[in-house]
Amino acid sequence: MGAVYRRELTSYFTTPIGYVFVAVFLALSGAVFAATTLFAMSSDVTEYFSYMLFLYVVLLPLLTMKSFSEERKTRTEQLILTSPVSLFGMVMGKFLAALTMFGGCQLLASTVFLVLARYAEIKVAVLFGNILAILLVGISFLSVGLFVSAITENQLTAAIGTIAILLFFLLISFLNQIINVYWIRFLINCVSIWSRFQNFSQGIFDLSSLFYYLSVSAVFLFLTIRVYDRRRYN
Amino acid sequence: MITVEHLIKRYGTYYALNDVSFSIGEGEIVGLLGPNGAGKSTTMNIVTGYLSATSGDVTVGGVSLAENPREVKRMIGYLPELPPVYPDMTVEEYLRFVYQLKGCELPRDEHIGEILDVVKLKDVRARLIRNLSKGYRQRVGIAQALIGDPKVIIFDEPTVGLDPKQILEVRNLIRSLGKKHTVILSTHILAEVQAVCERIIVINRGTIIADEHTDELARVMEENAHYRYAICGPQKEVVAGLRGCRGVLDVEPAGERDGDANVYLIETSGGVDARKNLFKVCQEKGWAILGAKEVGTDLESIFIRLVDRANDAGKKNAKSGKKEGK
Repeated sequence: MGAVYRRELTSYFTTPIGYVFVAVFLALSGAVFAATTLFAMSSDVTEYFSYMLFLYVVLLPLLTMKSFSEERKTRTEQLILTSPVSLFGMVMGKFLAALTMFGGCQLLASTVFLVLARYAEIKVAVLFGNILAILLVGISFLSVGLFVSAITENQLTAAIGTIAILLFFLLISFLNQIINVYWIRFLINCVSIWSRFQNFSQGIFDLSSLFYYLSVSAVFLFLTIRVYDRRRYN
Repeated sequence: MITVEHLIKRYGTYYALNDVSFSIGEGEIVGLLGPNGAGKSTTMNIVTGYLSATSGDVTVGGVSLAENPREVKRMIGYLPELPPVYPDMTVEEYLRFVYQLKGCELPRDEHIGEILDVVKLKDVRARLIRNLSKGYRQRVGIAQALIGDPKVIIFDEPTVGLDPKQILEVRNLIRSLGKKHTVILSTHILAEVQAVCERIIVINRGTIIADEHTDELARVMEENAHYRYAICGPQKEVVAGLRGCRGVLDVEPAGERDGDANVYLIETSGGVDARKNLFKVCQEKGWAILGAKEVGTDLESIFIRLVDRANDAGKKNAKSGKKEGK
C-alpha cells in the first residue's frame, strides 16, 4: 500500500496534472473566497463552501481520472496485481494519494480564513464544521471517481463519467421544486449531496450527513475492489 | 517447485485452458510453446495470480495459490507480454518502486545495482522510461522481474520486438538465470525454446499436447521428413515411380502446378536421405525436377504432427477414444 501511495503521489507531479490541479484549485478557491466574503463585505464563511462544492464536481475528477484507467491501458496494473499487494492495499494507496492532494489543497486554501479572522469575527465552530463536511464530501467524490476510473480504460471517459454522476447527485435536489409527492421528495433529500450540505451552511452540525458521505465513500471504494476482484474471473 | 493441477479457464462456452497439468522442478528452465492464442499467456497469468482459474490449483514451493496468493506472488517474478513500466518514471525510480511493492528485504541500492548490471541498464538508469527504446524497455521489464531474487521467474514472450543481437543477449541472460532460479518461458518460436530450455511443454487450443525433454522433442520432429517436389511428367506414373524409391513412405499430389510441373508432397522415413534416390528415379525417367523444398520445420506443421501423434496415442490407448482435435 505504501509503495502504491508513494508512486501515485509522485506521479501527480511527474505529469502536469498535479501542478494544474493545485494551481486551478487554489486560484478558484481564492476567487470564491474573495467574492463571497471580501467583496460581499460579509464574514459569513458558509457561502464559500457551498460554491466550492460545485467546483469539486469539476476539479476532483482530475485527480482520479487516470488512477486505474491509465494503469489498465498501459497494462502496468499487471505488475501491481501480481505483486504481494492486496486489492484493498492497491485501492487504498490510490485513494489516499488522491486524498492527500485534495486535502492538502483544501486545507491550504482554508488558511485564508485566518486572514479574515483578523478583520472580522468568525464563528469558529461553524467554520470547522464546514471544513470537516466539505472534506468528507470530497472523500466521497474521490471514491466515485476511483470507481468510474476502474471501469474505464480512458481518462477522458472516466473524468466525464464522474462529473456526470456527481452532478446528478448534486442537482437532484432541485427536482424537489417540481415534485409534490412527499416520499419521493424525502428520498431525493436523502441522497442529494446538496440538500445534505445545506444543514452545514445553516450552521447545523449534521452527524447523519457526515455518515452519509462516509458511507458513499465506503460503498464506492468497496465496489472498486470488487471490479478488480471480478475482473480476474473474466 | 511449481505444480499446476487440472487448470481450466472457461470464458462462457469457450475453453481457454482445458485441463492443463504439469509440474516443474527446482532450477529447471521450461519452455511453454504454442501458437498465438494457444493459452500460454493465460496459463502464465493464472500461475502469477493475475487471473483466476475456473477450476484447478497452482502450488508454488508447496504453497497453494488459492489459499495464500500473497505468499505465492512473493516467490514469483513476472514479465508479462507488455513490460509493465511507467513511462513517467526513470529506470531507477521504477525499480525502487517495484522493490517497495514486492516488500523486498535485500539491501536496496546494492540489489538494484546488481540487477542493473545483469541486464546492462547501468548507463540509462537515470533516464525516463518514456525515452527508452523497445529493447531497453524490455530489459527494464526483465529487471523488474528479478527484483527480490524470486525463486521462480516467468517470462511471457521475452524476445518479441527485439533485434537479433538483443534476442541473443536475452537468451543468454535467461540461460544464466536458470542456474539459480526456476524459469518458465513462453514463446511461439521453436528455435528459441530449443536454444534456451531443457524441457518443452507444447500447448495448443488450451491443452498440453507434448511435455518432453528438448532433445526428445527434436527427435520426434526429425522422425520423418516432408518435402515438396515440383516434377514434370505424367502424374500417375510419377506417383508410382516415386513410391518405389527406397526411404519414401508416401507420395501425394498436392493439386498445385508450378509451371509445367505438378507439385507432390513426399514423406520420407528418418535416418535415410531419400532425396538421392528420388533424383535417380527422375533422372532415369527423364522427369525434370523444377523445385524441391523441405517442409515441416515451421511451428505450424510441427503442431499438426504433434496433435496427430497425440490423437494416435489416444486411439491406441482406448480404442473408443474419439478425442477432439485437428
